[in-house]
Amino acid sequence: MRAILFANAELIITIVKIVLMLIIVLTVDAYLTWFERKLVAHIQSRWGPHRVGPHGLLQPLADGLKFLFKEDPTPAGVDKFVYFLAPLLALTLALTSIAIIPFGPEPLRLFGREIYLGIAPPDLNVGILALFAITALGVYGVALAGWSSNSKYPLMGGLRSSAQMISYELALTMSVVGVLLMAGSFNLTRIIEAQARHPEWGIFGWNIWPQILGFLCFFIAAVAETNRAPFDLPEAESELVAGFHTEYASFKFAMFFIAEYTSMITISCLCSIMFFGGWLSPFPASWTWTHYLPSVILIPFGLWVIWDGIRYETIFGRAILPVVGIAITALGTVFVLYPGVNEFIQGPFWLLSKIFVFLFIYVWVRGTLPRFRYDQLMAFGWKLLLPLSIVNVIVTSFVILAKMQWGGK
Amino acid sequence: MTAPLVVFFVLAGLAVIGALSLILQKHPIHSALSLIVVMVALAGLYLLLGAEFVAAVQIIVYGGAIMVLFVFVIMLLNAGVEEHTNLSRLAGPPGLLLVVALAGFITATIVRTTAGVQGSSQTGAMASTSGISNMLFRDFVYPFELTSFLILVAVMGATVLAQREKH
Repeated sequence: MRAILFANAELIITIVKIVLMLIIVLTVDAYLTWFERKLVAHIQSRWGPHRVGPHGLLQPLADGLKFLFKEDPTPAGVDKFVYFLAPLLALTLALTSIAIIPFGPEPLRLFGREIYLGIAPPDLNVGILALFAITALGVYGVALAGWSSNSKYPLMGGLRSSAQMISYELALTMSVVGVLLMAGSFNLTRIIEAQARHPEWGIFGWNIWPQILGFLCFFIAAVAETNRAPFDLPEAESELVAGFHTEYASFKFAMFFIAEYTSMITISCLCSIMFFGGWLSPFPASWTWTHYLPSVILIPFGLWVIWDGIRYETIFGRAILPVVGIAITALGTVFVLYPGVNEFIQGPFWLLSKIFVFLFIYVWVRGTLPRFRYDQLMAFGWKLLLPLSIVNVIVTSFVILAKMQWGGK
Repeated sequence: MTAPLVVFFVLAGLAVIGALSLILQKHPIHSALSLIVVMVALAGLYLLLGAEFVAAVQIIVYGGAIMVLFVFVIMLLNAGVEEHTNLSRLAGPPGLLLVVALAGFITATIVRTTAGVQGSSQTGAMASTSGISNMLFRDFVYPFELTSFLILVAVMGATVLAQREKH
């Protein structure tokens, strides 16, 4: 038994990682819906969900239960096989793409093994290409859902989605070429390391400064790729009822929903890794006091949650919130007390903070911008984003060439 | 059987089943889906050979872009179930003959290869990203540029044809 365990240790570790990652991503997805509803509500001067649990924090749980127990009718005349395949495809591909993302620089040393944060090995040479390959297949979920539903609104949604994805995928791919040229690798870990070439520059060493044009093109194209507002034409509720998932109910609808939120997370990871230094700290490497920043944020936040919990209006809230607050404060204290732990969480802390910022921007954009008209969408993609990203590639190549010629590199 | 061999047979079987289903399916969308399965299985085979870049590009270009266009056009035209005309029925027997001839040719080639099929040992440098780009942009740069010029001509031709309908 021990021998078998030892011989297959890599396999077992990978399976444990996959299960853990699934649990984490699905939980984050659930709370992302809460976050989005709350944030959009506050943007529109409303309260958002606040009945189920303190501050509506148990709303995702209630939504999940509702999805599970709702009736799930299959409309007449659908293409059964494709109808069932589409949500499965969308969810599987969205979840698979997370596997490529590396979450921290240092491996976790456990049982004499080095366990890297992230499922794919850190030396995966085609990292970013593999991600694009998975995204490229992602469109089938939406397109096939629209086609197989045997209904006109979903068909319109599916058509729009495939046209939109074909158009924006070009800009999406071209806009990262600049970053790839600067790093000289497709590997996501190499791309981050390339941004740490000047440890004293901190935030000014990141790709966002030389590649600001590439970043803008990438982020806009990425929002379009994930079918989010203002590019949510495939599901425009004012025109197409609910677009491609009109005929899907219950958990099959939830699968599309989870897929959309998971791709939001993936895109946020990509933005942080490729343009914002991934797990690099924005401060110069010599400022070691900034390593206490996670605790400086966590402890006051935990204390605030306790204070807020004590005077919360429901008994349930008064019971639960202080416990949560104590947990957060304790976590912050652990980071202060154990320098080893604190050093280890620096990378993941910065990466997760950046991902959080991008998720915030995603919701912010949805809460403020109106939807594009269809011809505007196409003109924007083909006439603005694509040429801009090509210009970015050309300029970057020339600068790199000039540096090689005269920079003495 | 080693693990790579098992993976090879799974992927190869998937590719063959996908190809058969591509021909035998009655509905164009199902055929297109089968073709996607073939493309992805082929990408897996490339990966098994150590050609990571080619595998990723196979999925991005063939599995993604080209097949999305296929599906898009089928959806846009709302193509129904395949219909048989007299001419398409007539194409059956010669097609079968061609299949037999091709299968015989491939079998003969495999049988005559006495050295046995080579394993995936000599990949790496050739199939890596830098290997491919060196070949495309250094060794074969003129044929490569000529091909892209040819494609450009085709794109312009398509645009002209599409524009003519308006007038």
